[in-house]
Amino acid sequence: MGYSLPELDIPEVDLSTLLPEGLLREEAAELPEVSELDIMRHYTALSKRNHGVDSGFYPLGSCTMKYNPKINESVARFPGFANIHPLQDEETVQGAMELMYDLQEHLIEITGMDDLTLQPAAGAHGEWTALMMIRAFHEANGDTQRTKVIVPDSAHGTNPASATVAGFDTITVKSDENGLVDLEDLKRVVGDDTAALMLTNPNTLGLFEENILEMAAIIHGVGGKLYYDGANLNAVMSKARPGDMGFDCVHLNLHKTFTGPHGGGGPGSGPVGVKKDLIPFLPKPVLVKTEEGYHFDYNRPQSIGRVKPFYGNFGINVRAYTYIRSMGPDGLKAVTEYAVLNANYMMRRLQPHFDLPYDRHCKHEFVLSGRRQKKLGVRTLDMAKRLLDFGYHPPTIYFPLNVEEGMMIEPTETESKETLDAFIDAMIQIAKEVEETPEIVQQAPHTTVIKRLDETKAARTPVLRYKKA
Amino acid sequence: MKHRYLPMTEQDQKEMLDTIGVSSIDELFSDIPEKVRFQGQYQIKPAKSESSLLKELSQMAAKNADNKAYASFLGAGVYDHYKPIIVDHVISRSEFYTAYTPYQPEISQGELQAIFEFQTMICELTGMDLANSSMYDGGTALAEAGMLAAGHTKRKKLLISGAVNPESQDVVRMYALGQSIEVVQVPTKDGVTDIEALNEMIDDNTAAVLVQYPNFYGQVEDLRKVEAVTHEAKALMVVSSNPLALGILTSPGKLGADIVVGDAQPFGISESFGGPHCGYFAVTNKLMRKVPGRLVGETTDEVGRRGFVLTLQAREQHIRRDKATSNICSNQALNALAASVAMTALGKKGVQEIATQNILKANYAKKAFEAAGFEVVYQGPHFNEIVVNVKTSITALNKELFNKGIIGGFDLGKVDENLEGHALIAVTEQRTKEEIDALVQEMGSFRA
Ligand SMILES: Cc1ncc(COP(=O)(O)O)c(C=O)c1O
Repeated sequence: MGYSLPELDIPEVDLSTLLPEGLLREEAAELPEVSELDIMRHYTALSKRNHGVDSGFYPLGSCTMKYNPKINESVARFPGFANIHPLQDEETVQGAMELMYDLQEHLIEITGMDDLTLQPAAGAHGEWTALMMIRAFHEANGDTQRTKVIVPDSAHGTNPASATVAGFDTITVKSDENGLVDLEDLKRVVGDDTAALMLTNPNTLGLFEENILEMAAIIHGVGGKLYYDGANLNAVMSKARPGDMGFDCVHLNLHKTFTGPHGGGGPGSGPVGVKKDLIPFLPKPVLVKTEEGYHFDYNRPQSIGRVKPFYGNFGINVRAYTYIRSMGPDGLKAVTEYAVLNANYMMRRLQPHFDLPYDRHCKHEFVLSGRRQKKLGVRTLDMAKRLLDFGYHPPTIYFPLNVEEGMMIEPTETESKETLDAFIDAMIQIAKEVEETPEIVQQAPHTTVIKRLDETKAARTPVLRYKKA
Repeated sequence: MKHRYLPMTEQDQKEMLDTIGVSSIDELFSDIPEKVRFQGQYQIKPAKSESSLLKELSQMAAKNADNKAYASFLGAGVYDHYKPIIVDHVISRSEFYTAYTPYQPEISQGELQAIFEFQTMICELTGMDLANSSMYDGGTALAEAGMLAAGHTKRKKLLISGAVNPESQDVVRMYALGQSIEVVQVPTKDGVTDIEALNEMIDDNTAAVLVQYPNFYGQVEDLRKVEAVTHEAKALMVVSSNPLALGILTSPGKLGADIVVGDAQPFGISESFGGPHCGYFAVTNKLMRKVPGRLVGETTDEVGRRGFVLTLQAREQHIRRDKATSNICSNQALNALAASVAMTALGKKGVQEIATQNILKANYAKKAFEAAGFEVVYQGPHFNEIVVNVKTSITALNKELFNKGIIGGFDLGKVDENLEGHALIAVTEQRTKEEIDALVQEMGSFRA
C-alpha cells in the first residue's frame, strides 16, 4: 500500500510459465499493509521512545557516545558515494578509492602503523581479522605451536571471543592493585606457545598501561605479537600511538572515535593497522595507488583472504573521513585533551560520593564502584535506572568485570561543563537518595514510557517475533 | 571554542583543572611513559571549514559514476532497487541513528520494537521460526551459519555449492580456517548445484550443505532435492537467500531449511560501494540458543505493559567470553531499520509485485537477447539475473557500454575461467524496456 513501483512497461507473462510448480509461493509473507503517512507516524512514535546522543547526555563507557556531525550524514548520501556498485569498473569509482586511500593514510599516521585495511565491518571483526593475520604470520614461520592468546581480565568480551573464533585458546592475565596488567602474572603465562597479547590501552578501567614497553618486551621476547584494541583511541590521539608503543597491529572503532554514528547498534567499521611484518597477510584486495590511479590488488599470495564481501563498510568510512578532515591535527588533539579533562573532572567531583577503586588520573573514562551503596541495599542497576528519570542514558554497568558493582563513565569531549555539572548533580542526588529514601532508587525508573521489564520471562518463554493472535 | 564540535571554553577549562587539582591538561597525561609519548603533530591534512570540505568532497564524489545516472545491469549480490523515499526520512531521525545498542530498554523501546518487527518480517519472508537483529552482511552471515552448523552437529566439513556468490564463499573459507573446518565446493551443472555430485560428496562428517536461492547465476535452485540429500546425511541445510526474491518464491523454511541467511540490501539500502549493507540470520526453533548476535524478545514490565528487551544474551560474547561461538558485537541495526521501513512500505502486496517485476523484466531481457542471437546459457527458472554468452571480452564491452550510458553486467570470467566472455546481467524493476532494448542492441552491435 505505501509504495510506488515503476510502471511495468513490458508485456505481462503468466508467472506459472516461468516458475515451475512448487517454486511459486503459496502463502504470501504476512507483511504490513499501511499507507505512507501511517508508516511515518509509526516510526515517529517509535523514535520518541528512543534515546540517542541528540536526545541527551549518553555517558556510556567504552562506547564513545560523542556528537555525530551532520555533515557526515550529508556527505555519505552524496549520489557519487551512495549510489556506486562495488563491482563497477575501477575507472568509474576513482573518487571512492581516493577517499579510502586517503583515509587509510590518515589512520596510518594516527596509529603509527605501516599499513591498514578498511575491510572489517566492526571492532570485533577487526580483532578476528588481525588474529587471523597473526596466525598466518606464525604459520609462515613454521611456528605452529603458538596456540595461545593472552587477554587481561579487564578486556572486553569480544577479545576472548575473537581469539576463540580465530582458533586460539585464551589465557587470562590478572590485573594488579593499580588496575594495570600484573607483569609478574604476564611473565608467568608467556612462553613459546604465545601467539599474541591483546591489550586495550588505556584499558577498560580508563587507565593507561604504564608498563607498556615492559609488556611489549615480554611478549616480543618470547616471539609473540602485540595486538592493540583501539576502541579507546579517543583517549590518546596525538598523545601516544599504538605503533610507537610497540604494537604489531591495532583495530579502530570508527563508529566510536571517528563519529561513525552508532545507529542503534551498528553499522560500524573496524579497520586494522599493521606493522611491516604483517603487511603480506592483509586481507585482499589491497588498495594500491599507481601512476594510472587507484587499483584493487588481488595478487597477494600470502594474504589471509577475504573477511567480508567487497571493501568494508564504505559508508561509515566516508563519515569517518569527513570527520577527520573537519578536525585536522589540532582538532584531534583537542578532542583527546578535552575528553580526558572532562573525564577527570567528573571523576574528581563524584569521588566523594561513590567508591573509586583506582585513584589516579584516568584517561577518557573512569569506573566507579557502587559497593558503598550496595551495602545500603541499592544496586548499581538501580542507580542506573534512577538516572533515566533525570533524562540521562546511564553509564555502562557491571563492566569491566574486575570492579564490583561497576559504573563506567565516558563523557566524551563534545559535552559542555554545564552538561557535566547537571549530570554530576543528579548522581549526587541519587547517592543521597540511596541513604535517605532508597526505595525511590530501587523502584526507578518512575518517568519512562515503560517500567522495568521482566527479562527472566523474556528468556524463559522467548517471543522473538510477532504472530497474529 | 576551538571547534564547533568542542564546547570547552577557557573559563571552563580553568575551573575544571582547579577542581582536579592540576595546573595543566598535560599533567593528566603524565602516566604515559616519556618514551612513547607522541611529540609534535600528526602529519595529516589541516582542518577544513564546513563549506570548503563539502565542496571538496562533492567533487570527489563526482569522480564516481553514480549509477542512478546510468542504466545499470550490475548485480552479483548488490542491486539497484526501488528505495521508498521514506526510508531515508525514518533512518535520519537522530533518536535512532545516534543511539547505541538498546541495553537500557526503558529508553530504547523504539529501537527494540523496530528490530522486533525486522525479526518478524524476516521470519515471514524466509518461513523460519526466528531471526536475529542483523549480521554484518550476507557473506559473514553465511560463514557464521556454517560455523553454527559445525558446532551444532560436531562435524568438521561444509559442502558449499559452486553457485554460491564467490565473495561469500571466500568469507566462509576464512571463518572455517580459524575453526579448522574443511570447506569443499560442490560443482555446478547447468548453472545449479549438481545434485548427483552432492549426493556422492556428502558423508557423515558433513555438518551442512550451503546453497544459494536464487543462486549466484540467477537460477532458482531446486531446494527439495538439496533438502533430501542433506537431511538424509543428517547435515543441516543452510540457504543464502535474496529476501526480495522470497516475496514470490516458496520460502526456504517451507522447503526444509535449517538456517536461512542473506543480505537485506535489496530492501531500501544504498549500494554504497559494497557496504554497509545488512546481513540477516534466521533459524528453526531448535537452533534458537545457538544463534549468533543480538535477539530482541517481547516481555512485560512491572505493571504488565507489553515491551521489548535484548534477550537470550547468555549466548553472546559479553557473557560467554572465550566460550562464545560468535564474536559479533556491533551489528547493522540502522540498516535493519532501513530494511524494515522498505519491507513495511512494500507490504504484503508490494513485495510480491516487486519480485514478480524482477522475474518478468529478466525474462524480457532473456527473450530479447535470444531474439538477437545471443546464447543465454542457463535455461532453468531464474530470478532477476541471467548469464549471456557474449563470446568476447566483457571488459572491452563494458567500456563501450559505459560510453553509451550503460553499466554492463558482471564479467564472470573474473571468477570462473570456464565463463570467460560471459556476462551476468541483472535486470531489476528499475530497468525500463527502453534501457533493456538499448542494452541488447548495443551488445549486438559491439559483437558484430
Ligand atoms: C574495548 C572494546 N573492544 C572491542 C569492542 C567491540 O567493537 P564492536 O562492537 O565494534 O565489534 C568494544 C565495543 O563495545 C569495546 O568497547
